[in-house]
Amino acid sequence: MKRLLGASVPLLAALVAFLFGAIMLLAIGASPWEGLKALLDGAFGSGDRLAATAIKATPLVLVGAGITIAFRTSVVNIGGEGQIVAGALLSTSVALAVPDLPVIILVPLVLLAGLVGGAILGAIPGALKAYASVNEILSTIMLNIVMVQLMNYLLRGPLIDPLEVEAGTRIPQTERLSDNASLPNIVPGVRLHLGVLIAVLAAIAVYILLWRTPLGFRLRAVGHSPDAAKAAGINVKANVTTALALSGSLGGLAGAILVFGSEGQRMVTDGSSAGFTGSAGFNGIVAALFGNLHPLWTIPSSFLFGALLTGATNLQRVLQVPAPIAIAINGIVVVFVVSSGRLREKIDRMVEARAELDKPSAPNKPSSAQASGAEA
Amino acid sequence: MSDFFTMSILVATVASGIRLATPYLLAGLGETVGQKSGVLNLGVDGVMQLSAFFAYWTVLETDNLFLGSIVGVVVGIVMGVVYAVVTVVFQAQQGISGIGIFLFGLGFSDLMFRRQVGTPRPANQLPELPIPILSDIPVVGEALFEHSALTYLAFAMVPLLAFMLRSTTFGMNIRAVGENPQAADSLGVSVAWTRTFAILIGNAMAGLAGAALVLELGIFQPNLTAGLGFIAVALVYFGAWRPAGVMSGALLYGLVAAVVLQWKAQGIIPRGASDIAAMAPAVLTILALVILAGRVQAPSALTRPFSRH
Amino acid sequence: MKLTRHLLRLLALLFSFALIAAACGGSDDSSDSGGDDSSSDSDADSDDSDGESSGGDTISIAIVAPSASDDLAFTQSMIDAIEALDRDVDLQITDGTFVVDDAAAAIRGYAVDGVDVVIAHGTQFGGSLAEIAPEFPEVTFIWGTSSDTQGLDNVFAYFPAADEGGYVNGVLAAAVTETGNIGVIGPVEAGDAVAYINGFEKGATDSGDVSVAITYTGSFSDVALMAEAAQAHLSNDVDVLTGSSQAVVGAVGVASENDIPWFGTQANQTSLDENLVVASQVYHWEVVLEEMLALRDAGTLGGEAFEVNLENGGLEIEFNDNFELPDGAREAADAAIEGIIDGSIDTGA
Repeated sequence: MKRLLGASVPLLAALVAFLFGAIMLLAIGASPWEGLKALLDGAFGSGDRLAATAIKATPLVLVGAGITIAFRTSVVNIGGEGQIVAGALLSTSVALAVPDLPVIILVPLVLLAGLVGGAILGAIPGALKAYASVNEILSTIMLNIVMVQLMNYLLRGPLIDPLEVEAGTRIPQTERLSDNASLPNIVPGVRLHLGVLIAVLAAIAVYILLWRTPLGFRLRAVGHSPDAAKAAGINVKANVTTALALSGSLGGLAGAILVFGSEGQRMVTDGSSAGFTGSAGFNGIVAALFGNLHPLWTIPSSFLFGALLTGATNLQRVLQVPAPIAIAINGIVVVFVVSSGRLREKIDRMVEARAELDKPSAPNKPSSAQASGAEA
Repeated sequence: MSDFFTMSILVATVASGIRLATPYLLAGLGETVGQKSGVLNLGVDGVMQLSAFFAYWTVLETDNLFLGSIVGVVVGIVMGVVYAVVTVVFQAQQGISGIGIFLFGLGFSDLMFRRQVGTPRPANQLPELPIPILSDIPVVGEALFEHSALTYLAFAMVPLLAFMLRSTTFGMNIRAVGENPQAADSLGVSVAWTRTFAILIGNAMAGLAGAALVLELGIFQPNLTAGLGFIAVALVYFGAWRPAGVMSGALLYGLVAAVVLQWKAQGIIPRGASDIAAMAPAVLTILALVILAGRVQAPSALTRPFSRH
Repeated sequence: MKLTRHLLRLLALLFSFALIAAACGGSDDSSDSGGDDSSSDSDADSDDSDGESSGGDTISIAIVAPSASDDLAFTQSMIDAIEALDRDVDLQITDGTFVVDDAAAAIRGYAVDGVDVVIAHGTQFGGSLAEIAPEFPEVTFIWGTSSDTQGLDNVFAYFPAADEGGYVNGVLAAAVTETGNIGVIGPVEAGDAVAYINGFEKGATDSGDVSVAITYTGSFSDVALMAEAAQAHLSNDVDVLTGSSQAVVGAVGVASENDIPWFGTQANQTSLDENLVVASQVYHWEVVLEEMLALRDAGTLGGEAFEVNLENGGLEIEFNDNFELPDGAREAADAAIEGIIDGSIDTGA
């Protein structure tokens, strides 16, 4: 009973958030019911749409799992956007260099290239923090900017489709990448590719890494208290670098999956990173925090955000409401649901206190006031 | 192709760098105050976009630049109240709720623009206000003292905020709740109210930054900031939570961008290298920090909600 | 204990989704298309063309575009063109979808809905189209900008000879400048922007002893950077400006403030400054859209690429009468247009 009361708070928060969304829809003359229907229909309405939601969630799962590694080591990684781009660029280059390798070799190879590309871009801020005291929030944000420009340079220069130069259209995109690098579908007839499975496995691997391996123990020890870790003989600097490299590598893997799981089967830029990543580098942070920085909880939480994102596209298409309303509603949902956490704890405590009053002999329970926040 | 090292070009480049630095500086200073009190605000960019739109809309309708700036600040404060409720009252995770605010600002400003304005229309721009006497100083005067009122205000805020944080009771309270809220609380300082006021100051300045950006341009576009607010947050770390440090960061970022644009205009940077050159502000900011960085600690209670229970 | 809490939290959210889904399912008796809701102010319903309609059935057209439908640039040029079509159109718009996957979902959604024609107004959508188009052989897809249809026989492609209008603007700019220095601001050195800017440069330098300075800022969206790029040009004695991308609005503001003539492209930008916008190259996609729809009526659903250019009227230089051109400038521009059409002028594309 008391569980139910506590659990109803985030539910209420989500409902209130959607109520705000409904008011916004009403204000611009659209029907909120139709809106919600379109949103849910777009996200879950058919097999293909469920698949689209899963595919949208894939980079969020990977970035989110990566974020948990960094945050559990007490380093912040806001460089997801840049790391995705780095992984995509390296894996694209590999596919362009050796397009004729058989599928069984080329697919793992491009995924590995994605991992490596992201790891490099993660290791840079990691090493800068560890060995040069450069704050990682600053360096990851700045490296995002650097990677956008590198992507634009490479895609309009060295990596551009020769046909684009020939035709004079000069669209900044690569040629169509080898079919041998394309991620195979895992369910026949549904556009659900291998990347979705890889992302889930990666999140599980992160869980095992963090809680079942010596490296994970060291990372968490550094995250818990760098001084204590140092005293215990743990190399704090190396572990900080490793944490960001690992975190970045998962972003890079997401980049490779975005390229080789896309229908387009080529990398193209509109001059911004969001045009390629769909802001997965940021949304992944939200998904990870929403899953309380637990790699396994990142999976369902990413799926929910994936649903919101795919649903929003359908909302706009069906109701003819401007796209930004969906972005605004997403923001409200995030704010409301995240705000509800502490309120629920308070209600839980009140219920517990009442219970204790009823049973005066019960031992005092320790308060659960510890911050559930990331040490951002 | 003209020469970069002529007086008029140097003056124009410095002036351009200062204009570019202004919104970074305003937003970065505001974020500094918030972080000093232990509150990280990743929603700066969204607040700037909202304020920018409403400031622009106000000026479009009333032609009153002063009113537009005020509206920008008010919108910032309103968003500050929301953020304070979320982070101080409900004690939500700051990183994630900030991103929520950012998304809301990005989407809602775009929506409002489409509903109320539609096609970009030019509004009045902030006029240059040469400061008497100072602007008559050769070279320096033209580069430094012929700017808009909001630019002067931004730079005037640097010593003001530094003084406030260092020497006033309120400033000391802010630092105390940012470093050790338990101790501050036991000394009778209200952690909640101190943080709330710090958030309001920070958001008001983010609002002013949005107004400064849009009124300097005289036109609004969806996603006007193009990530400016996130760079402003990064510059707080560059400046090691000191107003003067944030100013150095903003100036470095703005001036490098201005020099790059000037060299592109003069053909010193070849066209084919335009994207590589556009990396310069970000790369140089990192490098500068590699060279300059000391072991500066963040406020120790940053991002930690405080609760007495 | 802690885990169960997380679980509960997520379950609660899932539950709320399910609840809403159930509630919606109950009232689900209307059809899926709320498209006639026409809430967006940029909506172009068929009202405009009612009077002049050439008769016949209403055609349903859906457009998926990367930027806002009223951006005074790329996307607006297509919306304007559809509104200018000489037939009844039921138009649905999905704009602001610069993420390719989102656009693909929208394109597929419209095709599933059974729309007659889907316009994928962004080169980057081509890869998705290659997958989607064969699945919907009854639907005509119109895709641009691109100079080929990727061998798909239900896809029409369109692209602008942006260099032609650029050339004419360049000729005009050379006539307007007094200092002999012309400034150009572009986003990323790619796509239409390059064609326009290269054509502009050639037109200017072909018709006088002028120097053209070109700045690519590296961003399509950074309005402030565009404005400062314009300022940088001004400090180098530039007295005429032009530029491409949606972010040029910032640069036009700088031009206004300093009384500098401006040349526009993609859409008529006169509204940004009533006095200083000299001329704009405007895309009239309707010229080729009409051809495509006529082919569709005749049973050909695609397979051809169309160019809008000065010759077929798909490109037009629209002058601003408030700006007084120097003597001979208009004539020089007309001569350039003629030369481009008859092939005697090479725009450098």
